[in-house]
Amino acid sequence: MNSVVKSPKDSKLSMSYLTVGFIAVFIGAICGLLQGLVRGGVIELPSFINYYQLLTAHGVLLALVFTTYFIYGLLFAGVSKTMGALSDKARSIGWIGFWVMTIGTICSTIMIILGEASVLYTFYAPLKAHPLYYIGLALVVVGSWIGGAAMLMHYSGWRKKNSGKLSPLFGYMTTATIILWIVCTIGVAISVLFQFIPWSFGWADRINVLLSRTLFWYFGHPLVYFWLLPAYIIWYVCIPKIIGGKVFSDSLARLSFVLFILFSIPVGFHHQLTESGIPEGWKFLQVVLTFMVITPSLMTAFSLFATFETTGREKGARGLFGWLKKLPYNDVRFFAPFMGMLFFIPGGAGGIVNASHQMNTVIHNTLWVVGHFHITVGTPVVLTFFGVTYWLVPYLTGRKLTPALNRAGMIQTILWSVGMFFMSTAMHILGLFGAPRRTAYSTYQDNPTALEWFHGFFAHYTTVALGGTILFIAAMMMVYLFFHLAFFAPKAENDIEATEFPIGEVAEHAYTTPRILENWKVWIGIVVVLILIAYTIPVTDMITHAPAGSPPIRTW
Amino acid sequence: MHFHRYEKYWLIFGLCTLVVFLTIVGVNAFSGGHQPPTGMMTLDPTKVDQTPPFDQPGLKKVDDNTYEANLIAMAFGYNPSKIEVPVGAKVIFNVTSKDVVHSFTIPGTNVNMMITPGHVNTSEFSFDKPGSYLVLCNEYCGSGHHMMQMTIEVK
Repeated sequence: MNSVVKSPKDSKLSMSYLTVGFIAVFIGAICGLLQGLVRGGVIELPSFINYYQLLTAHGVLLALVFTTYFIYGLLFAGVSKTMGALSDKARSIGWIGFWVMTIGTICSTIMIILGEASVLYTFYAPLKAHPLYYIGLALVVVGSWIGGAAMLMHYSGWRKKNSGKLSPLFGYMTTATIILWIVCTIGVAISVLFQFIPWSFGWADRINVLLSRTLFWYFGHPLVYFWLLPAYIIWYVCIPKIIGGKVFSDSLARLSFVLFILFSIPVGFHHQLTESGIPEGWKFLQVVLTFMVITPSLMTAFSLFATFETTGREKGARGLFGWLKKLPYNDVRFFAPFMGMLFFIPGGAGGIVNASHQMNTVIHNTLWVVGHFHITVGTPVVLTFFGVTYWLVPYLTGRKLTPALNRAGMIQTILWSVGMFFMSTAMHILGLFGAPRRTAYSTYQDNPTALEWFHGFFAHYTTVALGGTILFIAAMMMVYLFFHLAFFAPKAENDIEATEFPIGEVAEHAYTTPRILENWKVWIGIVVVLILIAYTIPVTDMITHAPAGSPPIRTW
Repeated sequence: MHFHRYEKYWLIFGLCTLVVFLTIVGVNAFSGGHQPPTGMMTLDPTKVDQTPPFDQPGLKKVDDNTYEANLIAMAFGYNPSKIEVPVGAKVIFNVTSKDVVHSFTIPGTNVNMMITPGHVNTSEFSFDKPGSYLVLCNEYCGSGHHMMQMTIEVK
């Protein structure tokens, strides 16, 4: 079996992360279904469940838990594949990270189930949850630092052993992702450790609300890039191999990742544009920095389609768009991420609206934002992760993705896409009409404005419920297929049958990669400078000119 | 570092669009006055009822056609829960919170702002059409969040 699975011990670590991730999908998707049905006026919840409790569980389990666990499972597998098996020490650290995260996840989930933490995954002060909710979340972050340290150790070990050589692209991108994650989580860790935990225990009477929100969003925007970068790793490194092509350019791929680190962090104010206490000039500076992220996004789009076109032409495609016909649409390993890419086009465009200084006022905190979230993280990232699951799990467990399982995966992808199309379109349009997000079923005492949200086809809460139901079916199929691939799919009997971990090679015509891209001190230095420029003065002001803080309040 | 010729065109086009776009947004904000709501006044969130102008919440006439609406957001409503405004009047909303974070949002208008405790947020709007306007909270504030509303009667 060892010839099929490179390092069984590393595979076990990856599978453990993935398994917790898919258990989170199972529970989170049930919550999502119930929310959609309540909101659409289809069902009413029994008295022992609160809508906002479901909403908290949905956000925490899907946006925080599933993503982080999946990403760690994938990245551990990828660094083990491209840079060799982990040392025993690095693997043990990876396990410690796993258990710390898991204890934290269980702790927070129990508090949500007990109804002690209906504060949503953004836990805005001065809503006060049980201290164990915050401690649980802190453990998730600390556990992810420990696991991340294991991957960084592995990377630096590889570089010591191979001095002078260019690191594998997968390993480089993993390092960039972990660096981004550590730099951004420092903000939320400071807030949770020094603000929320002492205050929720009653050791501090009051909390600086604006500071806590600012520290949260310092973390909250790069958080979305922490989800996105692993999907980009797949797009840059694995997809070319799956479609039978080559990586378009190694250096541009690395450059785009560096730019994502630089321009995803000093931008949190664009989530606080309609908030008091932050001067307009500072808001605008961060709006400008936010838009800089368009550069690496355009580079990524170019690179992807260049790979598609080059590969299509090598396979004999003619004409301007003939290469589009040569892509393997019936291979779920390609089809799922490809559908995700398509959703990312309106997703990215919507993001430009959201970050646009004054245009944000129109959609701020409306259902539009929820729609945006679901066609960015909820589709490009999630469908890429699902597409990965179809080959990563059989690769790790020494099994096969059979044609029947591939077909099931295709159906699952189509259901997810159709469900998301209905749900997200309805959410975007309802949001433009002013429908609020994070809100249970309400007609606002039959107010005519609110009743309009139950008319029309797309501008209708029931369409949200319909899309949500289709998504739920797709999610349950995915959870089933994950466990099927992990435990029941046929075993690969030899190397030829074994499921591959697709790693693309760099195209021959590509140029050599400049060494500065691997000099992390330079890039971390620049990002620190950018963060200091964007945040020092406004944050100092928030602390020195703070109004009296807020005492803890429980309103649920 | 080598960039493919077409990639250069693509990035230059993208960056030019970006510059034009940010210039429009910036000029609109800083010389057109279209800024997002950014109140800079602060107060003690536990003493809202004693702090002017919130000790007497409601509508106040400033001049001929301008009014100031000093309102308090709280779980789960606004004080006062209804105001009457003449058609065509410009209303400056000053809103603060007595407890948790809320929003002050009038669907169908550009009034939509976060209300954080300890701060006063400000937005203005001219009501040119008569009717009854719904105000709602679009930031989660507790178990009755979806009930939180008030009305503005424009006559």
